[in-house]
Amino acid sequence: MNDAVHMTNLQSRDERTLPAVSARGLVKRFGELRAVDGIDLDVPRGMIFAILGPNGAGKTTLMRMLATLLTPDDGSASVMGHDVIAAPHDVRASIAMTGQFASLDEDLTGRENLLLLARLWGFRGRSAKDRADNLLAAFELSDAAGRQVKTYSGGMRRRLDIAASLIVTPGVLFLDEPTTGLDPNARQSVWRMIRALADSGVTILLTTQYLDEADQLAARIAVIDKGRKIAEGTSRELKAATGSGFLHVALADPARLAEAEAILACHLTGTIQRSPEGAQLSVMAGSTDAASQAIAALIAARIELADFSMGSPSLEEVFFALTGGSGRLGKREKGD
Amino acid sequence: MTDLSSAALSARLEMVAPPKAPSAFSNALVFGWRAILKFKHVPEQLFDLVMTPIMFTLLFTFVFGGALAGSTSAYLQFFLPGILVQTVVFNAVYSGMGLSTDLGKGLFDRFRSLPIWSLAPFAGLMVGDVLRHLIAGAIILTIGLTLGYRPEAGIPGVIAAFALLLAVGFGMGWIFIVLGLLIRTPTTVMTAGFTFLFPLVFASNIMVEPQTMPGWLRAFVDVNPVSLMTSAIRGLMAGQASLNDVLMALLAPALLTLLLAPVTLWLYRRSDR
Repeated sequence: MNDAVHMTNLQSRDERTLPAVSARGLVKRFGELRAVDGIDLDVPRGMIFAILGPNGAGKTTLMRMLATLLTPDDGSASVMGHDVIAAPHDVRASIAMTGQFASLDEDLTGRENLLLLARLWGFRGRSAKDRADNLLAAFELSDAAGRQVKTYSGGMRRRLDIAASLIVTPGVLFLDEPTTGLDPNARQSVWRMIRALADSGVTILLTTQYLDEADQLAARIAVIDKGRKIAEGTSRELKAATGSGFLHVALADPARLAEAEAILACHLTGTIQRSPEGAQLSVMAGSTDAASQAIAALIAARIELADFSMGSPSLEEVFFALTGGSGRLGKREKGD
Repeated sequence: MTDLSSAALSARLEMVAPPKAPSAFSNALVFGWRAILKFKHVPEQLFDLVMTPIMFTLLFTFVFGGALAGSTSAYLQFFLPGILVQTVVFNAVYSGMGLSTDLGKGLFDRFRSLPIWSLAPFAGLMVGDVLRHLIAGAIILTIGLTLGYRPEAGIPGVIAAFALLLAVGFGMGWIFIVLGLLIRTPTTVMTAGFTFLFPLVFASNIMVEPQTMPGWLRAFVDVNPVSLMTSAIRGLMAGQASLNDVLMALLAPALLTLLLAPVTLWLYRRSDR
C-alpha cells in the first residue's frame, strides 16, 4: 500500500531500485491447510523488514519458500532478481538463512562449524581459516571457538548461527524468529547485531511474533494472519491506520474489571481490549470528551483507577484491531 | 554475556564476495571431513558400535560354539566372517540416526540453502559409514585373530572381504538414509531399523548352517541377502569364493542403490517436510 513512498528514497540506479525480495500471490498448501494463502511482498534493498504474526500464521512457511526450502504451490517470487522456482541455485548464492532452530552442528566446535561452511562456499586453506576467525572475533566468540557448540548458551548459539550466515555477505539475510527463547540481554545483543548488519548494507527479512521486536527493528512491517497479509507499512503508519485516541485504564482492583468494561461499553463504541494480565482495559475513544465522560462514569461508580492515559495504540492493539481479535501475539513473560 | 556493540561489529564486518564456486567433489570432501570430526568429538559412537559385535563374538564362540560346531575354535572359524557382516549391517542404522538428528535440528536447512551440490551431504554420510565399517571391522578381526581365528586366504582374502563388506554397507546404508529422511526422531529410526534387521540377520547363515531349520525357514535363509553376503565373505576369507558368490552378494546392495538413491534425492528435494 505504500510502495511508491519507499521507492523514492532509494538510489535511482536500476539494480538498486529492484526490490531485494518480491513475491506475487504466493500459496503453500499442506493438505487441506492453506499455510500461505496468496501473499504479495516487496522488500526494498538495505532495509530491515519484519513479517509479524502469531504462531501458525504462515510466517515460517513464507520465508522457507523465499529461501528455496519449500516449493510454492502457486504464485511467483524472486530474490535479488533471481526466480525462486526457475533459478533456485542463484537464489541460494545470494541469500543466507538462519532458521528458527539453530542450524549448527552441536558436536563440532564453533570454529569447526564456521570452517565447514567456509569450505562449502569454496574458501580454501588459509582463507577459510581467516574467514572463520574473523567472524568469531566480530561476534566475540573467539574465546569459545574451540568449544563444542552443545556447551554454548542460547545467546552464543544465536550469534554463531548469525555469523554462519555471513561467511559470504548475503544480498538478503533471512532470520526466522531470531530472538525466540533468548533472555533479555541476549535479545538486546541480537537486536544490536541485526542493526549493525543492516547498517553495513545487508537486506534483512525477519519473522517475529513480538510486536516490540518489529517496532524496535523494522523499517517496514507486514502483518500476517492465517496465511494472508492483513496490513503493511511502517510501525507509525500501522498505528495511524488503527486510529489514535486510545484510552487505556488500569484498575486498582482487578476484580471489578467486568463492571468497568460494561461502563466503558456504555460510553464508547470501540471494541474493548483486555490486557492479558487482566487489570488493564484499552478502547478506542472517538474524542477526548467521550474519553473524559467514560472516566467520569468509572469514578462515579467508585471504581478506583491505578492509572489512565490517552495515547496512540500499541502495536499489539493494532494487531488486535486488524485481526478482529482472532490472533494472539506472543507475549513475553514478565520481566523478560 | 559480553555486550556486543554494534559499532564494533559494523567495523569488523567486511563485505565478502563468494570465492570461485567449488566442485561437487570438493563439497563432498568437506562433508567427509565433518564425518571425521564427528569421530573425534563423539568417540562414544564407536563404543556402541563395537560393543555389540564383541559381545556376540564372545558369547556365541564360548557359550554356544562348542555345542554348535563341536569346538569353540571350529565355531569361531565359521562365525567370525558372519559377525563382520552383522556389524556392517547394524552399523548402517547409525547414519540414518545421524541424518534424522541433523534434519530435526535444522542443520540441513542451512545446507539446503547453500549453493552446493545437493547430494554432497549424503556423500559425507557415506564417508562416515565407510570409516565406521573399517574401524569396527578391524577391531573385530583383531579380536578374532587373538582368539585363534585364521583366514585361510591370508591378507589378500581379508582385503577382498573388507572391500565386499564396504559395498554391502554402502548398499544397506540407503535403507537407513531413506528412513532417516522420513522419520523425524532418531530413536524411532533406530527402532524401525533394528525391527527390520533382526529377522534378516538371525534368519540367515551368520550364526548357524541352516540344515536343521524347518523347510520354509531354510527356503528364506537361502535367498536372504544377508546369507548371500555372509557366504561370499566367508568364501573370500577362506579362499573358496567363486565369482558367482561375490556377484550374488552384490546383487542386493546394487539393487538397493539403484532403487533408493533416486528416492533419497527425491525425498531430499521434495523439501515439503
